[in-house]
Amino acid sequence: MKTVSSSISKLDGMSLVMGKAAYTDDFVPKDTLVIKVLRSPHAFAKIKNIDTSIAEKVPGVECIFTYKNVIRKPYTRAGQCYPELAPYDKFLLDNYVRHVGDDVAIIAAVDEKTATKAMKLIKVDYQILTPVLDLKQAENSTLVHPEKDIFTQLQVGFKRNKNIVAQIDFELGDTQRALKESEIILKRTYNTQAQAQAMMETQRSYTYLDNYGRLVVVTSTQIPFHVRRILSNALDIPMSKIRVIKPRIGGGFGAKQTAHSEFYPALVTLKTGKASKIVYSRREVFRGTTSRHAMTFDITIGADRDGKINAIDMNGLWDTGAYGEHAYTTLGAAGKKVLTLYNKVKACRFGGKALYTNHVPGGALRGFGVTQGTFALESAINELSKELNIDPIKLREENMIKKGETTPLYNMTTKDAGKEPMYMDSCLLEYCVSRGKELILWDEKYPMKKITPTKVRGVGMAISQQGSGIPKVDMASATLKLNDDGFFTLLLGATDIGTGSDTILSQIAAEALDIDINKINIYTADTDLTPFDSGAYASSTTYTTGNAIIDAAEKMKNLIIKYGAKYFNTVEKNIVFSNSNIIKKDSNEIISLEDFSKKITYNMLFSQLTATGSFVPKKAAPPYMAGFAEVDVDIETGKVEIVNFIGVVDCGMAINPKLAKVQVEGGIVQGIGFALYEEAKYTKEGKLINDTFMEYKIPTRKDIGNIYVELADGYDETGPYGAKSIGEVVINTVAPAITDAIYNACGVRVRDLPATPEKILLQLQLDGSLSCIND
Amino acid sequence: MKLNVKINGRKKTFEISPDEFLVDTLRNNGYIGVKQGCDTGTCGVCTIHLNGKAVLSCVLLSAKVEGQEITTIEGVQKEAKEIGKYLVDEGVDQCGYCSSGTIMSIIYLEKCIKNPTDDEILYYLNGNLCRCTGYIGQLRAIKKYLEGKYNENSKQ
Repeated sequence: MKTVSSSISKLDGMSLVMGKAAYTDDFVPKDTLVIKVLRSPHAFAKIKNIDTSIAEKVPGVECIFTYKNVIRKPYTRAGQCYPELAPYDKFLLDNYVRHVGDDVAIIAAVDEKTATKAMKLIKVDYQILTPVLDLKQAENSTLVHPEKDIFTQLQVGFKRNKNIVAQIDFELGDTQRALKESEIILKRTYNTQAQAQAMMETQRSYTYLDNYGRLVVVTSTQIPFHVRRILSNALDIPMSKIRVIKPRIGGGFGAKQTAHSEFYPALVTLKTGKASKIVYSRREVFRGTTSRHAMTFDITIGADRDGKINAIDMNGLWDTGAYGEHAYTTLGAAGKKVLTLYNKVKACRFGGKALYTNHVPGGALRGFGVTQGTFALESAINELSKELNIDPIKLREENMIKKGETTPLYNMTTKDAGKEPMYMDSCLLEYCVSRGKELILWDEKYPMKKITPTKVRGVGMAISQQGSGIPKVDMASATLKLNDDGFFTLLLGATDIGTGSDTILSQIAAEALDIDINKINIYTADTDLTPFDSGAYASSTTYTTGNAIIDAAEKMKNLIIKYGAKYFNTVEKNIVFSNSNIIKKDSNEIISLEDFSKKITYNMLFSQLTATGSFVPKKAAPPYMAGFAEVDVDIETGKVEIVNFIGVVDCGMAINPKLAKVQVEGGIVQGIGFALYEEAKYTKEGKLINDTFMEYKIPTRKDIGNIYVELADGYDETGPYGAKSIGEVVINTVAPAITDAIYNACGVRVRDLPATPEKILLQLQLDGSLSCIND
Repeated sequence: MKLNVKINGRKKTFEISPDEFLVDTLRNNGYIGVKQGCDTGTCGVCTIHLNGKAVLSCVLLSAKVEGQEITTIEGVQKEAKEIGKYLVDEGVDQCGYCSSGTIMSIIYLEKCIKNPTDDEILYYLNGNLCRCTGYIGQLRAIKKYLEGKYNENSKQ
């Protein structure tokens, strides 16, 4: 292999770091209208009256929208393939507001100052309603959606009159019986919190009408093709009248898998015919978009004393906030991509309910439910290892999925999977665990040692898997065009959100065409020009789009051979395409691709060669990871410091090991924030407390300790050149590994994330866990 | 009101409003290498140099910089290319959105401390948040850059 499995640098990297125009707001035309959105100060209220008459008189105000002058049509903002699993429960603007930050009015003016001034002059008379803020009571509370015109496209267990957005239940074997027959039963409850995506570039879009009167939407999104469809639905205009363009994206992490900022300028431009833009403030991101779903899980594990895990029963409650975007899908992922780790159980069961509350909506965030489910299950497995007095690594080695194994759960939870068992032939989880154990010096360090009289050090670990795209759902395609000097244009609907996918996918194209990467010009994600791609989510881009490129390249090579035969006036069998040359085998005549492309363009055949390939995953191809944490706990303050975090990941064959490794490092650090301090907190009235970076802290470069990452030498035959995914699996092990390290260090078990010093210190003082350290 | 400043060595006059922040003045006038990530002076994305010192332009009122000297990433393209190459080589350019601010802080660090320790690097760059890279690779890149530069200087 020439170009893949090579750590080349990002092709657009230098232009990004040097500050060249690249992102949405860098291209906004002059004199574009600026939009501000008036947002609800209340968690739940009915708008009794809204008066914009004074605001409209402010000089420079172009237009103001309220629920009274926009169309009322339910839609979902969730970036999913059609028909979506998310309920159609959002309106452009509504006379109910369902979370602090919900949109009330849209103001467009000549500049930000004028728009802000007008926004403050809008008078809203709210009838404040009792918000639903207690997840456990949500089913029997006031209806978050009293309106009857919302619905779902598919059966997902949606019950509007019980605040239930989605329900998932599946079972393998007889869980009740397997639990009954077990020698040990462990029952625990775990909670994870709402975490913010906190990408550095906030949501933003600008729109204008092109010379044909079509709406052009330039936006920082992970899902350009879904945005086109969602806008068409929400605004009730034909999809053919909308073009969505994605420039470079300043990070997404799932935040931009939901459409948000696009609606407002689209409305304004359609009404005024003028270009308009919105750039979200950081506070607006916290209040007005999404975060990771908070969840609570009850887990029951049945095991024998020798360490055989017989049964796992997981029951989850999901706080989906005011709108049900990504509720069903994250909930499902929390079950199917977590329980499949332990394939040797006699039985397992998953039950989950996602409920409406008046919190800021839950959405997509790296890990997508699997992070929450993994925290719950891996914490429970760690607790079980203590109950059984078996080393947690040994417990996993005896019960986890290994190379060549399977579980019927993979079939049960994969769309149209049939009955043929899906063997995990590429699974290197066993290697990841043993290598991580070696790297962290587990046998020397487990469980803890005293560092100073007030500082204790512990180690902990966890395992995880994710998916590589979504089988039979999320499709990607690629178009290759041969240009008249032997180079190719690679057109992709895929969206590089900073991962380097443009580079990785160019590598795949170069490899597949057996040419130098300099001969590939990549252009990504413009709904008018590039072929369909479901988007940058579900850890799909390298795997799904990569396979689509290989398909396109095979077709292109066949075309070159077909036209090569015409050129040499021979049969196709007599032609080979190799090393950028077209060769007539019997006579050894050669023409270079450069000359050939010129000839067929200008002199003969007169043909443009283009080939489009498509791909949808057929089976589960999970990446795996083992994560190992070493932490210091200060027993006087409860503060946790990360000493080491070791991650060993099986992502199949890494197309670009350098970029893959950075994905792991970044994911681990995001996981550290999730484990130790990141949390969207609310007042008892349902108002977000920490809605800026002043209060909501993400890890800085001084908070992370030493992080060391290795990639296993893997290969999955279904992946492009053996690749599986990497983007999301890397966040999942961090929290359960860290909380177990905390427990091993000081005896405090944190079951409610994040593991703040307050929680640890309180438990240290309450249960006298310190005695084990002090004696 | 009028604002007279020297930006990247050139004298400029801008029409500003008294409550305008410098990041907006700069971006509105074409210095789009300056990015904005928060509006509370917390993320470091908007870092520029004011009279040679790294400052956050999202919490600095434009009116306060009258008559002073500003440097943006556009004014240090040579250094940005040199430092950026190490970031890109290490794969820590990622989404790139925080890069121009980070590079402005690296340049300032170099000015303040010759041959800094790891702790000093982390201290000077602590205000530059990055959600993509996990920072580890950035530290690797900065160390390689500084080592490369130090070795080159010692050769001369």
